[in-house]
Amino acid sequence: MASSVNIGEHNLKLAYDRYMRYLFIASALLLTVIIAAIIIFVGQQGLMTFTEVSPADFFLAGKWDPTEGKYGALSFILGSVYVTLLAVLLGAPLGLAGAVFMAKIAPPRLRDIMRPATDLYVAIPSVVYGFIGLTILVPYIRVQFGVNTGFGLLAAAAILAVMILPTIISISEDAIRSVPRALEEGSLALGATRWQTITGVILPAALPGILTSVILAMARAVGETMAVQMVIGNTPQIARSLFMPTSTLTSEIVVEMGNTPFGSAWGNSLFLMALVLLLLSLAMIVVIRRVAGERTA
Amino acid sequence: MPSFSYLASVSACWRAAGRAKPTSPSRRGGEIQGTVTASGSTALLPLLKPAQEEFQKLHAKVTVNIAGGGSFTGQNQVAAGSVNIGNSDVGLQDSLKSAGLVEHKLVGIPFVFIVNPGVAVDSLTPEQYVAIFSGKITNWKDVGGKDQAITIIHRAKSSGSRATIQEVVMKSASFTDNAVIQDSNGAVRAAIASTPGAVGYVDAAYVDQSVKGLAYNGVKFSLENVTGGKYPVYTFGRMYTKGQPTGAVKAFIDYATSKEFQEKYAEKQGFVPVTKMPK
Repeated sequence: MASSVNIGEHNLKLAYDRYMRYLFIASALLLTVIIAAIIIFVGQQGLMTFTEVSPADFFLAGKWDPTEGKYGALSFILGSVYVTLLAVLLGAPLGLAGAVFMAKIAPPRLRDIMRPATDLYVAIPSVVYGFIGLTILVPYIRVQFGVNTGFGLLAAAAILAVMILPTIISISEDAIRSVPRALEEGSLALGATRWQTITGVILPAALPGILTSVILAMARAVGETMAVQMVIGNTPQIARSLFMPTSTLTSEIVVEMGNTPFGSAWGNSLFLMALVLLLLSLAMIVVIRRVAGERTA
Repeated sequence: MPSFSYLASVSACWRAAGRAKPTSPSRRGGEIQGTVTASGSTALLPLLKPAQEEFQKLHAKVTVNIAGGGSFTGQNQVAAGSVNIGNSDVGLQDSLKSAGLVEHKLVGIPFVFIVNPGVAVDSLTPEQYVAIFSGKITNWKDVGGKDQAITIIHRAKSSGSRATIQEVVMKSASFTDNAVIQDSNGAVRAAIASTPGAVGYVDAAYVDQSVKGLAYNGVKFSLENVTGGKYPVYTFGRMYTKGQPTGAVKAFIDYATSKEFQEKYAEKQGFVPVTKMPK
């Protein structure tokens, strides 16, 4: 009697296991279907641009004037690339220094304060970053550098540099802390100073993790929309200086999407820009996987 | 040819009538019922919201649904028959010109050129506006101001405001690309207020003390100057229907464009009553 109850209970648990398994498989499938649907929809809509615009015109021409039939998106693509690289150039050394400080130099009590403080960066909505950029940074750049407006690559890159700090700091810090203690102790035992240990031993050992953090930060920077849109000037022209108003893929999409007829060449070309953006991000993810793979190998 | 939205609204009336029949067999003649759906321009929402509320008070059996989405969305959806009315503050896009849409002028939308308060100029001629916005004049000293670079701050290429200025002021000339683009009236005003030497344009309702309104060819913007035909920088907010409207849809459009409603609400929202606009 007692054993039959146990068998019943056991069967129930087995059934529960089985159904949970189906639930998880269904969740995984759903996720895959959603991401595939996004790529297919954006891709399909975007590629329809090429029925009216030649790829060479879209990718290699800088003149964007859809009402005149000119669909050159080069200024947006270059804008996105410039702003991302500049942001990393400004943000990565700063973030890396912060990570080294938090992982190896800061006393534990200070670290306990700095960690949550870094996480707070992530909690600030991007429109707040943009607003601060618009009201403080743009006028500051205008006055300091004596330029007309202050809108442009420098303002956008400076804002983005701050926005990507938490990504770089937290992932790099993890990488630095996971360097085996023996390496560090060996270096110190050989008479290396703390600075020599950090630059000669710890950072090289943590390099794959640091690179991962930089690439993730780039992915965040290239996709950031609101903050960039508010300070870059949104002008469809190729930037020839740090202070010239220009555009990125994201800022152009957000400014034009609301008023552009869906299904027209104009609307489709915005989807094509979204596809380019998606491919840029995907490429970065692939690179991250490569880099992260090297670490385990 | 009876259009889709016509059929939809009629069948909506029939369904409503069918439900109402058993309880009120002796329906009063002329009572309107049904559902009116509209989408499109967000700029017109502040005017359409009170129209919806007041209209539903007058006609308890009509439900009016109004959504935003942008002018082109409104045009596309009414052409596709998914709404009864498409609201738009720009003219029909080329691809819909033959879709059988009927335009109903809803309200006058005046625009005002604004500059940073530090700019000494008070009025410009149409030729000077064209020269500035096409990038031929780049310093205020060339139009009677002090020696200061001109910074153009205005709207994106897909903006209805920009399309209006293109049509009314620029005509065949094209805007220079060397300008800062902001994506709303409020953002344009804020950027102009904080940028020395900046010039742009906004819906008249957005002009405040933080910026200086410029006169157009010596005529300052005012309600009287618009209705008197002296101030030409305006466009119309329009409602599009597929074919001539009937039933509840027609009643709603008639109400929203009526003298009584227009004169009570339009000016309050920064528009000009369509009943007062120059013909």
